Amino acid sequence: MIALLIRDLRLALRAGGGFGLGLAFFLIVTTLVPFSVGPEPALLASIAPGVLWLGALLACLLSLDRLLALDFEDGTLDLLLTAPLPLEAAVSVKALAHWLTTGLPLVLAAPVLGVLLNLPVAGYGWLVVSLALGTPALSVIGTFGAALTVGIKRGGLLLSLLVLPLYVPTLIFGAEAARRGAAGTDVSTPLLMLAGITLATIACMPFASAAVLRMGLR
Amino acid sequence: MSDPRQGRPRALTIEAAGRGDYIRIMSIWKYANPVKFLALSSRVQPVLWALAAGCVAVGLIWGFFGTPDDFRQGSTVKIIYLHVPAALMAINAWFMMLITSLIWLVRRHHVSALAAKAAAPVGLVMTLIALVTGAIWGQPMWGTWWAWDPRLTSFLILFLFYLGYIALWEAIEDPDTAADLTSILCLVGSVFAVLSRYAVQFWNQGLHQGTSIPVATGGRTVADVFFYPLVISMIGFGLLFLALVLYRTGTEIRLRRTQALRARLEREL
Amino acid sequence: MTLSAQNLTLARGGIPVVADLSFTLEPGHALILRGPNGAGKTTLLRTIAGLQPALRGQITGAADQIAYAGHADGLKAMLSVRENLAFWAQVFGHSDISAALDAYALHPLADRLAGTLSAGQKRRLGLSRLLVTGCPIWVLDEPTVSLDTDAVAMFAAAVKHHLAQGGSALMATHIDLGVEAEVLDITPYRAKTTLRAGASDEAFL
Repeated sequence: MIALLIRDLRLALRAGGGFGLGLAFFLIVTTLVPFSVGPEPALLASIAPGVLWLGALLACLLSLDRLLALDFEDGTLDLLLTAPLPLEAAVSVKALAHWLTTGLPLVLAAPVLGVLLNLPVAGYGWLVVSLALGTPALSVIGTFGAALTVGIKRGGLLLSLLVLPLYVPTLIFGAEAARRGAAGTDVSTPLLMLAGITLATIACMPFASAAVLRMGLR
Repeated sequence: MSDPRQGRPRALTIEAAGRGDYIRIMSIWKYANPVKFLALSSRVQPVLWALAAGCVAVGLIWGFFGTPDDFRQGSTVKIIYLHVPAALMAINAWFMMLITSLIWLVRRHHVSALAAKAAAPVGLVMTLIALVTGAIWGQPMWGTWWAWDPRLTSFLILFLFYLGYIALWEAIEDPDTAADLTSILCLVGSVFAVLSRYAVQFWNQGLHQGTSIPVATGGRTVADVFFYPLVISMIGFGLLFLALVLYRTGTEIRLRRTQALRARLEREL
Repeated sequence: MTLSAQNLTLARGGIPVVADLSFTLEPGHALILRGPNGAGKTTLLRTIAGLQPALRGQITGAADQIAYAGHADGLKAMLSVRENLAFWAQVFGHSDISAALDAYALHPLADRLAGTLSAGQKRRLGLSRLLVTGCPIWVLDEPTVSLDTDAVAMFAAAVKHHLAQGGSALMATHIDLGVEAEVLDITPYRAKTTLRAGASDEAFL
């Protein structure tokens, strides 16, 4: 399992691995927002938590279609299926690798981009906390979507269509926590709900992903 | 020509007391065989279509012309006879897909999987009707075509779930794999749909009026004059949904049958 | 570990292709599958490897014993030869890859990225993966595709060595390896179109 994690991390970091693509996308989306809504500081401050959450979510989505599709194309998935490694563990590890290479950098970059959007000072801490709690759920749910579309040629668009509705609860609670943090009100309810969703998806989704992968590869 | 494992009528036999002969009780799974299903469906469908048309017509005509205007909402309230039944069937269609998906995953009955496939576009259209009639109703009432009210938002999310489900069916070539994957998507999607419902409620308490007929409390929030045509209309939409699903399932079965026969034929050559 | 299959009936795309096939593969032996294209060789190998279920029949002795090699080698272009092999060794709980590099003369290529290898070199790397798995039963689908004569000799030597150590191999291949092996022609086991064995399209016929 550790071997798989190390391999995925190494692949992501090498040229052509797509590491940094999500980050760049996050930066571009954040830069484009003031162009579309206007440079007014008060307006930007009020929408900053939501925009940063949405940007992070879309950046996560961007790298999902290579999460399993590449391994499917070169036959690695077939071989992993015949290896003495439970498929549930393998998909969990792949989700973890996705989070480490996509989710975690987004969490770390969010405060920097918060400056661009005039995020209120009180909001930085809660933005990072909510993203750190929420992005693992995005990776795990995304892995399920990637498993559903693994055998489909040009399944990237379909993957987005399937995964985005599943992201709704995570986005609602995550962005709500960040917004309340920025407004200086109590964040505990949305934050606890977000943590609940993340823990539940980490516990349950790998079984669904593995089941779907087995069916899809038959 | 029944398949020994999947389609066979599973007859439950019970020994009659002291006689030694058997009373055969046919199980519902008999209709899991596509051929038997088609036979039954073609017998039931004419009645179903007639009843559905009758109920919808009576419900709508009675509702539109036979009930007084609401003292607050005026005649706009009458869209309720379209809006509420459509919304009801939009949710029930997903429930039906959930149940038939489970039956497919557990018992591998093809009719069940195909019924889920057949129900999805019907559910999608019902959701669309509910959304559009809701917008038309909302404009004079709330002064806006669209509000991010929890119920409206939930229906919009349901609409997206239907789209994804249908798109996944279309994208996978092997029909059994498609049935497997869409079934799992339906299960997972159901959990997330319920979760979204509560998340949305938390996110924004809404403008929407309360349930018209709260089943849990047994009471109702609409007056009798509106209630009877509404119930008839709801029954009509239910029957219409059933008829449409039976019809579409029949089409799907015939399509699979054509594919199966052609594949065997090609192998023979 | 003896691999045995009894009365296997297999389907591809919902249609039965192979019916009532039985064989046993003792340790130290090799079995070569023959048959025209579309006869079901790949389907049989994938079923033995546990990638798809059989319609009917039993497979014994396969659990956690099988190293499978299909048409694709499962190599990552952006990892070096050594990294690719080391990864698969670790997945199967081993760490030594030098024997595998030796067997296919991969030492000179060990630090090249797998993406820069030729097709034949990639195939050699894919086959060397079998050696790091430590699994006693090899299930190979057309292992010699794109190999030159020298590489085929390396592969034959590797198979002989594997058999001598008590391993066994089940292969679909058209060329003569010079390895002592039984041949199983699966053409006679072709499923009749009238067969009803629980394939998924039968309910519709």
